[in-house]
Amino acid sequence: MMGASAENRGFVLNMGPQHPSTHGVLRMEVHCDGEVVSAAQADIGYLHRCKEKVAEEETYFKFTPYTDRIDYLASMNQNLGFCIAVERLAGIEVPERAEYIRIIVAELNRIASHLVAFGTYGLDVGAITPFLYAFREREKILDIFEEICGARLTYAYVYIGGLIRDITPRHLGMIADFLDYFEPKLEEYDRLLSYNQIFIKRTANIGVLPAAMAIDYGCSGPVLRASGVSWDLRRDDTFSIYDSFDWNVVVGRGEMGTTGDTWDRYIVRLREMRESVKILRQAIRQVPKGPFQGKVPARLKPKYSEIYCRTETPRGELGFYLVADGATAPWRCKVRSPCFSNLSVIGELAPGLMIADLVAVLGSIDVVMGDVDR
Amino acid sequence: MKIDQIVERLMAIGGEESVLEELDMPGPVVRLPRAALAEAMPYLREAGFDSLMALSGIDYKGMKKLGKEAGDALGVVYHLHSHLHRLKLTVKVWLPRAEPSLPSVAAIWRTADWHEREAFDLFGIVFEGHPDLRRLLLPDDWEGWPLRKDYAMPTEYRGIPHRVEVEEPS
Repeated sequence: MMGASAENRGFVLNMGPQHPSTHGVLRMEVHCDGEVVSAAQADIGYLHRCKEKVAEEETYFKFTPYTDRIDYLASMNQNLGFCIAVERLAGIEVPERAEYIRIIVAELNRIASHLVAFGTYGLDVGAITPFLYAFREREKILDIFEEICGARLTYAYVYIGGLIRDITPRHLGMIADFLDYFEPKLEEYDRLLSYNQIFIKRTANIGVLPAAMAIDYGCSGPVLRASGVSWDLRRDDTFSIYDSFDWNVVVGRGEMGTTGDTWDRYIVRLREMRESVKILRQAIRQVPKGPFQGKVPARLKPKYSEIYCRTETPRGELGFYLVADGATAPWRCKVRSPCFSNLSVIGELAPGLMIADLVAVLGSIDVVMGDVDR
Repeated sequence: MKIDQIVERLMAIGGEESVLEELDMPGPVVRLPRAALAEAMPYLREAGFDSLMALSGIDYKGMKKLGKEAGDALGVVYHLHSHLHRLKLTVKVWLPRAEPSLPSVAAIWRTADWHEREAFDLFGIVFEGHPDLRRLLLPDDWEGWPLRKDYAMPTEYRGIPHRVEVEEPS
């Protein structure tokens, strides 16, 4: 075995763009010194689909389904973020029933998305079983969504002014059944993976992201909270009706090592699912009667105004900077996606890691390349 | 610190050319001349704006409402947030189309690194002092700035046509 001599210094390893550990088409340019990473750069853009340009060509309504495909693992949350931005821009009122149903589908989608994060993270560090468990549960959520809106991945269900269709008591029953089924599973996951000694050895004290650096790099969502920053837009910059529910913001506390390490980022997601269950239990009890769609002009042409509206998706802060100019399409639609900023910190975390640990850190950031590239 | 004090100081740094825009954005919206950015941005960081939520490029060419005033200017919009004081602030700057350059803030907010590369990639806005200003999302050999309003859609990329005529089966 060669030591860290001059010969093998500056070895460059290409990880991706097609690689199972990069969660999509991400290319990592990894400079190694033996097995140790000396520098890593993320090369993105392989899934760039010009969403911002498309937004300028389509009407506000027609762009809603496109938002599904930005972060395709959390389509409901993406729809919600865009619709709230347009509603604030154009001053559209949303009926209360729609608000409740929006919370329900958004939180269900948050659980589904965190389940993918949990399952694939197991795969990243070499545990195959959690993936099967996670997808078993996620399947049930997708079944509920299929019943509600007909689609399993890209829903376009949350719509400007409300929803595209109503839900029935049967759907609420399905959701209640799912919650009863799902809540004990969370303990199973803990037994299976979270407190598994091998898993802890792989993740604790690895890739520590200090709070100040996380804020500096614009990190948000579970990545920021794992660093000990109690910051959740659902509570701190509230939107829809999140302020009427009783739930807690989960933060990383460095239980297994240092605050902001890879284990913290993992466990924050797992515990957030429990909080989502809490919100869901309250929401399904309280859904009021009434219309599910507000009054929206058939031709939506907001006069000149600008808005920056941010919402909390499973991955963090999704911001829409919309500029209206009296036309049916926005003049400018900037999508500030959470993964874009979250991923940019990888270059800072990578130096000093082993290559296998880089995979563990990358997985804990939970990138969706559609969200990074837009 | 009060937001009014910060805005007042910002307007003073910007001088006569700075404008307080009346928009229903969360927090005040201040438009600064390009020359004031070098002083204004470090000041804002010191004043407690620790988070740059978003940095967006924008093209005003042909805009109905602002077209007259802004002409064919390009612009950059900074959405700032302070975790410390729970304040929001938007800073805008208009740039002449012929020479759209402004000082980079990548050293002030690290997140701006990629955001500025994206704005360079899609609008051709040059951020002076950026550590590594290259295209981010598009291929390195891409020509033109796609999000500008006068961008002509290409018909091919490296000899690969974007549209292929397929004969209808009879």
